[in-house]
Amino acid sequence: MSRTTTRFAFIGKLEGLPIAMVLAVMYVVFIFTAPSVFTGYRIYMSFFQTVPPMLVCAIGLTFIITAGEIDLSFPAVVALSGFVFTWCFKNLNAPWIGFILALAAGALVGYINGLLVARLRVPSIMATLAAQFFWYGVTVLIAGGLQIDIGAITTTTIHTIFVGRLFGVFPVQALWSLGLVAFFWFILNRHTFGEAIMFIGDNAEVARVMGINVETTRIQLFTMHGVIAAFAGLLLTMEINVFFPTQGQGMLLPVMAAVFIGGTSIAGGQGVMVGTFFGSYIIGSLEAGVVATGIGGYWVQLVEGLVMAASVILNVVIGEEGVSILARTARKWAVPAQAPPGEDSGGRKHA
Amino acid sequence: MAEPPQERTALRMVNIEKYFGSVCALKDINFEVGHNEIVGLIGDNGAGKSTLVKILTGVFAPTSGDLYIADRKVETNSYTVKKAHALGIETVYQDKSLGEKQVMWRNFFIGREMTYPFGFLKVRQEKAIASEIMVNTIGFRGKGIGVESKANKLSGGERQGVAIGRAMHFEAELIILDEPTVALSLKEVRKVLNFVHKIKDAGKACIYISHNISDVYEIADRFIVIDRGEIVASITKAKISLKELDEFLLEYSHGLKDKVQP
Repeated sequence: MSRTTTRFAFIGKLEGLPIAMVLAVMYVVFIFTAPSVFTGYRIYMSFFQTVPPMLVCAIGLTFIITAGEIDLSFPAVVALSGFVFTWCFKNLNAPWIGFILALAAGALVGYINGLLVARLRVPSIMATLAAQFFWYGVTVLIAGGLQIDIGAITTTTIHTIFVGRLFGVFPVQALWSLGLVAFFWFILNRHTFGEAIMFIGDNAEVARVMGINVETTRIQLFTMHGVIAAFAGLLLTMEINVFFPTQGQGMLLPVMAAVFIGGTSIAGGQGVMVGTFFGSYIIGSLEAGVVATGIGGYWVQLVEGLVMAASVILNVVIGEEGVSILARTARKWAVPAQAPPGEDSGGRKHA
Repeated sequence: MAEPPQERTALRMVNIEKYFGSVCALKDINFEVGHNEIVGLIGDNGAGKSTLVKILTGVFAPTSGDLYIADRKVETNSYTVKKAHALGIETVYQDKSLGEKQVMWRNFFIGREMTYPFGFLKVRQEKAIASEIMVNTIGFRGKGIGVESKANKLSGGERQGVAIGRAMHFEAELIILDEPTVALSLKEVRKVLNFVHKIKDAGKACIYISHNISDVYEIADRFIVIDRGEIVASITKAKISLKELDEFLLEYSHGLKDKVQP
């Protein structure tokens, strides 16, 4: 019947389409305004090197926000996991043990967040705000406020595996983060855990009466984000060969922005993993791009704000609704005689 | 109880009590639902209907008392929603049966997903079965509504239809409908009542909770009146007309009648 609707319906189902369009338009603009920078491959290689830690954090945060929660403590996990790793490497010369322990430290932070939120029913914004101060405090304290240089890491296998350069130019962490996006897309959209997260974010009461263990799932959720953020911290620390106690501190707002402009709803219940991927690259390449165009550093934040607002507006307008409305309108132009398909809901019969 | 014991009961509650702290929500609840019987549970706000439902469905554990499902005793302390589902008890709540922003095929299988190893969803199979139920059991013929539709695209009556269809798909022996027609238009109420008739036709039992006496009267075989946490009357449909039931409840709510067991 409504052939036009079905023909164009897939556009609405293409996950993260509006935000991918924003990214594409943005790069086209940069290519025209700063051709010397954006026609070469180097700038992209540099994005592949700087965006992954942020993107990895954003993957975890997508789950958190889908569940209707928030986590402000992941920057502290980025610092803590970096410290645990560098300490083990420096003092024990055991990078793999450091790697495991760093992930475990992230899991611990996340687990405690989960207990506070799920068992003690502390609102997650409060629990994780406190956690972010506390764990930064712990990190500064045990690190003695000092940065630790681990230049020797560049010759190790672990460095090659996680942050090496493929063919001498391509940062491997870009592949790791892309792989994680794919993996966690399946967890969110094709796994019972992701489905539980969506229903909890939608309406925790519905989830409960349908037999989901809401408390346990929330604890697992925060623990998972702790581990993911710890991995982001490892990528960051290994890439820059140095741990410093304030690392991760600039990440909170950009990562949140990446998740939101990707189309994940602040209201919970829906998460867009592909959107988070493109959103992270938008956020991660905006500053460099704006600076490269030569309009001046004072413009950077203004343009960033504009792009974010445009992305969010596009997500609202070209959501599922928007596309079906567009398709209906197009169909009306083509076949004006038929009744609009929106009016048939009252006439459905039940056998 | 006035009702003689049936051959087989879908559900039996014996001396069930529930306290929240020192507040008594349910006191000395004894009742049963026969196999393929539709019981209308009537009571004012705060009478204890919802608490009773939550005990039946494993959301709360009772403070004391015994619960029998299909004549088998249930360990109330370890009784959960999942166990209730496994024992064939399904609940349709007035407003929390479906995840609003979730697509229909997820809403059908939430909590009981069809999975591959490691918990990955069999999306294709889930969609096929959900579509089958929507067309054949519930009777969705509309073009606009399918397995990919989100719950917030459905009317109130359609949502209850989906929840009832889901319950019947999962071989529920007893379906509990908690105020399924609140805030629905007359046409939508009609749809819901038709779904309840299907429950009866399918040989299942049902507890129908409602304020609306005429709805309850139409579909129930027996009425149980609950007030301030106690069962005050159990009346079979054969013994009372709609008018008499209405008058009885009105008198009761004005305090004109003491506890009656007609």
